[in-house]
Amino acid sequence: MMWRSPLARVRDALRGQKVREKDLRNLVSNLPYEGLDKWKQPNRYFPGNSIKTSKYTLLLFIPMNLFEQFHRLANLYFVGLAILNFVPVVNAFQPEVALIPICVILCLTAMKDAWEDFRRYQSDKRLNSMPCLIYSRKVKQFVERYWKDVRVGDFVKVVCNEIVPADLLLLHTSDPNGVCHIETANLDGETNLKQRRVVPGDPEFEAESFNSIVVCEKPNINLNHFKCYVEKPDKDKVGAGIENLLLRGCTVRNTDHAVGFVVYAGHETKAMLNNNGPRYKRSKQERRLNIDVMFCVILLLTMCLVGALGHYLWLQTLPGLPPYLVPHSNGHLDSPSLSSFYMFFTMIILLQVLIPISLYVSIELVKIAQIFFITNDIDLYDEETDSQIQCRALNITEDLGQIEYIFTDKTGTLTENKMVFRRCSIMGTEYPHKENGKTSHWTLKLASWSQSPLQMAELFVSVMSTSILAQSCPCVCGRTYGHAGHRLAQITDVTPDKKLLQQISGAESTSVSRKIDAYLDFFLALAICNTVVVSMATAQRQRVSAEFSVDVDERWRWRRSKRAKMDGGFRNRTISVDSSIEEDHFNPPVKLEGSGGNTGAQTCSLHVPRSSSEPAVTPDMVCYEAESPDEAALVYAAKAYGFILLGRTPDSVTVRLPSGEDLRFEVLDTLTFDSNRKRMSVLVRHPISKEYVLYTKGADYAIMELLGTPYAGMFSIRTDTQQHLDYYAKEGLRTLCIAKKVLSGREYESWSADRHRALAAIENREQLIMDTAVQIETNLTLLGATGIEDRLQENVPDTITALREAGIQVWVLTGDKPETAVNIGYACRLLEEEDLVINMSCKNKLTCTSILDCTLEEVRRYVADPRNVDTTPDISLVIDGRTLAMTLSSDLQERFVELAKHCRSVLCCRVTPLQKSAVVKIIREKLKVMTLAVGDGANDVNMIQAADVGIGISGQEGMQAVMMSDFAISRFKHLKKLLLVHGHWCNSRLANMIIYFFYKNTANVNLLFWYQFFCGFTATAMIDYWLMIFFNLFFTSAPPIMFGILDKDISAEMLLGVPELYRTGQGSGEYRFSTFWVSMLDAFYQSLVCFFIPYLAYRGSDMDIFSFGTPVNTISLFTILLHLSIEIKAWTVVHWVIMLGSVALYFIVTLAYSAICVTCNAYWTLQSQMVDPMFYLVCIITTVVALLPRYHHESCIHRYGNALENTNKLRPVKRSGLSVPPSPTLGTSVEAYPPSPTASEITGDEFTLNVISENYNRPVHT
Amino acid sequence: MMASTYNAKDEDGHITVAGPGGGTLRSRKPENTAFKQQRLPAWQPILTAGTVLPAFFVIGLIFIPIGIGLYVTSNNIKEFEIDYTGVDMSSPCFNCSQNFSWNSTRPCTCSIPFYLDQPYESNVFMYYGLSNFYQNHRRYVKSRDDSQLNGDSEALTKPSKECEPYAFHDNKPIAPCGAIANSMFNDSLELFYNDPNGTKVQIHLMKTGIAWWTDKHVKFRNPGGNNPNLTVAFQGTTKPVNWRKPVYELDSDQENDGFINEDFIVWMRTAALPTFRKLYRIIQKKKDMVLTLPRGNYTLEVVYNYPVRSFEGRKRMILSTISWMGGKNPFLGIAYITVGSVCFFLGVVLLIIHHKYGNRNNSADISN
Repeated sequence: MMWRSPLARVRDALRGQKVREKDLRNLVSNLPYEGLDKWKQPNRYFPGNSIKTSKYTLLLFIPMNLFEQFHRLANLYFVGLAILNFVPVVNAFQPEVALIPICVILCLTAMKDAWEDFRRYQSDKRLNSMPCLIYSRKVKQFVERYWKDVRVGDFVKVVCNEIVPADLLLLHTSDPNGVCHIETANLDGETNLKQRRVVPGDPEFEAESFNSIVVCEKPNINLNHFKCYVEKPDKDKVGAGIENLLLRGCTVRNTDHAVGFVVYAGHETKAMLNNNGPRYKRSKQERRLNIDVMFCVILLLTMCLVGALGHYLWLQTLPGLPPYLVPHSNGHLDSPSLSSFYMFFTMIILLQVLIPISLYVSIELVKIAQIFFITNDIDLYDEETDSQIQCRALNITEDLGQIEYIFTDKTGTLTENKMVFRRCSIMGTEYPHKENGKTSHWTLKLASWSQSPLQMAELFVSVMSTSILAQSCPCVCGRTYGHAGHRLAQITDVTPDKKLLQQISGAESTSVSRKIDAYLDFFLALAICNTVVVSMATAQRQRVSAEFSVDVDERWRWRRSKRAKMDGGFRNRTISVDSSIEEDHFNPPVKLEGSGGNTGAQTCSLHVPRSSSEPAVTPDMVCYEAESPDEAALVYAAKAYGFILLGRTPDSVTVRLPSGEDLRFEVLDTLTFDSNRKRMSVLVRHPISKEYVLYTKGADYAIMELLGTPYAGMFSIRTDTQQHLDYYAKEGLRTLCIAKKVLSGREYESWSADRHRALAAIENREQLIMDTAVQIETNLTLLGATGIEDRLQENVPDTITALREAGIQVWVLTGDKPETAVNIGYACRLLEEEDLVINMSCKNKLTCTSILDCTLEEVRRYVADPRNVDTTPDISLVIDGRTLAMTLSSDLQERFVELAKHCRSVLCCRVTPLQKSAVVKIIREKLKVMTLAVGDGANDVNMIQAADVGIGISGQEGMQAVMMSDFAISRFKHLKKLLLVHGHWCNSRLANMIIYFFYKNTANVNLLFWYQFFCGFTATAMIDYWLMIFFNLFFTSAPPIMFGILDKDISAEMLLGVPELYRTGQGSGEYRFSTFWVSMLDAFYQSLVCFFIPYLAYRGSDMDIFSFGTPVNTISLFTILLHLSIEIKAWTVVHWVIMLGSVALYFIVTLAYSAICVTCNAYWTLQSQMVDPMFYLVCIITTVVALLPRYHHESCIHRYGNALENTNKLRPVKRSGLSVPPSPTLGTSVEAYPPSPTASEITGDEFTLNVISENYNRPVHT
Repeated sequence: MMASTYNAKDEDGHITVAGPGGGTLRSRKPENTAFKQQRLPAWQPILTAGTVLPAFFVIGLIFIPIGIGLYVTSNNIKEFEIDYTGVDMSSPCFNCSQNFSWNSTRPCTCSIPFYLDQPYESNVFMYYGLSNFYQNHRRYVKSRDDSQLNGDSEALTKPSKECEPYAFHDNKPIAPCGAIANSMFNDSLELFYNDPNGTKVQIHLMKTGIAWWTDKHVKFRNPGGNNPNLTVAFQGTTKPVNWRKPVYELDSDQENDGFINEDFIVWMRTAALPTFRKLYRIIQKKKDMVLTLPRGNYTLEVVYNYPVRSFEGRKRMILSTISWMGGKNPFLGIAYITVGSVCFFLGVVLLIIHHKYGNRNNSADISN
């Protein structure tokens, strides 16, 4: 290390600052400078890759933490009081002693912060010491280093399934097309694979010969934007964007290895810039708590004022200068007014405990414990995904007990989001697939796969959850990568319809009739027309077992090929028989015998062209990664019929036909899905017929509009298909239409030219691209339609019924069609058969207004009608997105909310994410209710954030909803226990604890206040100050906390069995002002008793001041603890230990203190009292008198409460819903009911107000 | 039906997870322990008529006898109180009370005759009582130096700041310092029995044994260790301003002199309330006599030193016998009897209500 002058260092530091702030950064390779001193490195100004998310350092912890803590108002208040104590004219106690409570509080909080910070530090450390491969010039190959060693300008190699350590500009991949697949689930929660490309230019990449300059922009937070160019030595510039960037935290998939140039490292990476801290929400109770604290402040000030006035009057009445009036040190006495002014502040210090100092800390402790219990609830654990509930917001547990409105997403929340191919209609013929949906044998297959992916998931958890979640949320308790397991769940197989199979085999063998050919086209479309990526991930995650029984020849061949592919760095790596998982990451696709034994060989590969004769490809083991589960379902369906998607590259698709023949389609273009067109298309060239074929799939109405009429008979197909589609929708299936179009060579040429122009356009590119897409998607030939079932999650109807009985209104906000939504509504018992269902759908605002008014009028009349008092069917509202948009406008808002208030349930269909959040916001603000939003997808994020409590379901659609949620569950049914049991408990526990805290402090402090009337309002405390501090800090602090954590007012079974009990928490709930004031009054009464009975008993005796304080203090302790025992509803061992322990602690500490501290006021007071029988007599009678009213009241309440519970139990609870939901079955005609609204009625301008019952069951086949 | 298939699936899934290789996995499944699942066995006291009513009766039945016992005991205590402040013109101490200040050097004595109408058996405690004296004034209570009183030599010469302004006088540290010591009660009371045969018999008053044992032997200590010569030990200090003689001349008995003077110790235990009594002397029962104080005429001779006019205070002399419950105080007995009766009464009322209207609830309770 060379010595450098400090001046040079300063200059360097300044220059570094300037370089970092510049808009453009010039980065060069570090390799030429390897081994040089740090100050000679060209990229030295940019931060390294080690991260530090811990807030504090060991040395600076105390000052920094104190600074943080003093941001809290309450702490400032108490510090202010402590400082006030140091003012000589005011001080009531020894100033140093007055600091103890605040110090203890600060220390407790600091310890908590330190613990959290330590965990962050540990996760940082773990992350920083993750291994990665950096190119070294000395060794001439990639060497293993740690993440923290990565610096800007390094070349880093990532291998398959490894996590990218920093933001890398992709320069080289093992893929011949220069593509690298990454999974960004850790960043944005999207589980589908994304493609990243190598920076165009040099195909032969050599790290050492890289001599270009990388110019990139300043780091920014935008995950989807990156601007950069690579300047070659010959001044040739090659642009690069986000498609060339591998982001830190992503996982490389389906690519053996990739090499990238580090552009941003450590805290400058996009992942870290996006990593914000945990959310801070304030609960409703907390807000109300603050009001009560304000009341306490007012009370305190009043009491102090009384004290000051009293002191003034007392001084006024003194006739002379009594010997007990102590002048100041200079020998003069303050005037009565001045000294009563001082007395005011002294009183504040004396009575400060009235503002519960320990309440805030206690609440935090209680909430942490509550979260501990919630996350440890075995009922909220999902075996399938091995995930617990995650509590991401730490301070709104009690809000769970006050929910009045639930807004839920449909897909993935109420339903499984496991798309199962249920029915299809091809060329106007319906294939019901009756065998489908029965118990499938996929679980068998799962057996062989489960172990390795789960291990993988485990690995992710340890790595990523710590980096991205744990550091932001101190109590991330669940697993964060739950959906890793879900991917397996998508693997559903389809039992083919026999009739259809025959048709296909017929089509295969003959392949003459054009109509038969349509069957092939249909399945080809299913297999091709998608963006599904064929994955080999499972194969690579497979653990290599000891039964590695690949024949030698094959193994040798494979190893050679591997060598050819691998860089020199791995030359010495060979696959050992029991290689570890880590090594498996480097395995290219290989035929392995799984440990499952009979599952057979499995290989997945994209790029190895293979003939059908090669037996290595076992289609069973092909794994698909789809952007949407629907696509996967379709591909699996095609697979079931023998049309197996084997591989997909950017320009080709390989499909195996049922005959065993592999067809390789050249993909000419992919017109991706967008929400405007509502369809996607793939343009391929048929390998045999060399035709240009466009396969399109999309929403039924989007496709139906575009159909051409090439030949007669098409019309009947069209109407039949439409009928099937309607039926599917009513059955709750998700429908898609499949169509095709054959293009002539000329047509294609001209279109292709247009397309290229559009792609090359600089201005308006998006629009042009879309125009070209619309241009080609015309005159389609309808092939058929599919119905995909999204099954309801288990226990959804039960859960919804229970939530409803609990007085919660459930709204479903979905993007689906009204028919589908209504059907799901019935299935999950959101709508009951006898319900009055209002359909609202209109096209313009005027009609909308009138409809709204009419309905409202109708509903009001209905509700007001005395005849309907008993038989009121519940009213439900079904509204579509367009109408919703109109009703949410400011002038109609009020009326809509009014209408919604009368409805038991509301279904909003075809709503956008923004509308979802708008609905939540409006209901929350207008009705002033507690709202809860639950959803699983990115489209629910807005809603989740808008609601008071946001719940994410870690399902199929990634982690975005979970990331934004306050609680993350894995199943909708968990909501029941979470709300009804934990919500109720948390709410009542916390409410009771807070009220108890106020009571306790008031009761305790008032003893001092009453004493002021007998000491001339001079702020004397008859209790030794140390004992007073101990009293609050140790003797009486644990019981209420335990009470807040463990008390069970009603058992879990009762709460689940009688959901009506939840209603007690709604609205103002348990924590009402009346309860607050009643307990405050009780506190006043008890303090009066606790003071005046000893006063009367010892009046006129030779009792000294601290001896007098001892029984008062003891009585206060007993009263406070026994008061709590009356409140405690269920006594467990913990309760006994803590309650008796507190009493024991009081006596032990007080006895020890008054025995040891000779020069203290309290010396030997308790001892002398304890040998006096009067002490016990006074204690007993005072406690009894103090608690008699509460006891009496409580016993009355209890008797009344019991009666209430009994009536609840006896009352026939309307819960018929547990039986079979009304399932639509073909052929049962229930004509007796009024006709149902048809699709046109629902979507049309007419407004219907009619009772919908089982009328969806009417037959479709006419 | 749907749900059942899913359940089956779930179970299958579970088995496979726990299957081959699953054993090595650390499942995130929460532990199924009673504590974590909040299923600890709990006792749920339900306050019903069946549990509340006996409680009321039991309280009533226990409290009333205790109350009666306390009341009787309190009534058996004999107490005699005499106010010798001398506010009235007729009072023998009127003169003394009028022309008196802390600094007067000439002692003023007065004697008050009184008549005990009942004989006092066993030991009789003699108290002096002060009214309207706020010994519990915050600044007054703190105005002492316990280290100094504990014999700490450093604190002897440098009294704590709490003692201000009674810490130094004429640049000499005050021992004992502080306002409490400064305002120590300094009347001397003597009791004479006027024998019917005309002689005046002085009654022997014990001046030791009136302070707590721990105070006398632990909390209060003279400086200089076991140095018998207190004059030397207190050298360099001065007496409190209001005192007539230094602390080491409080008593001739060395065991009762200096800080461990029991009158002083008693005074230093500040009273809880503005009207209080403090033990002054004990009249011990003589072995040969049946009565400690026979019925008859007595004379209280007071050396009137302590001024109370500045706070309109009263001075009393109290003679009292003592029982296990201390001095005379009928309050506790009455309180016990009252509370016991109220509880009993409430119990009866509730019982009647319960019997008349509670039948409906009864059936519900049974079903519970």
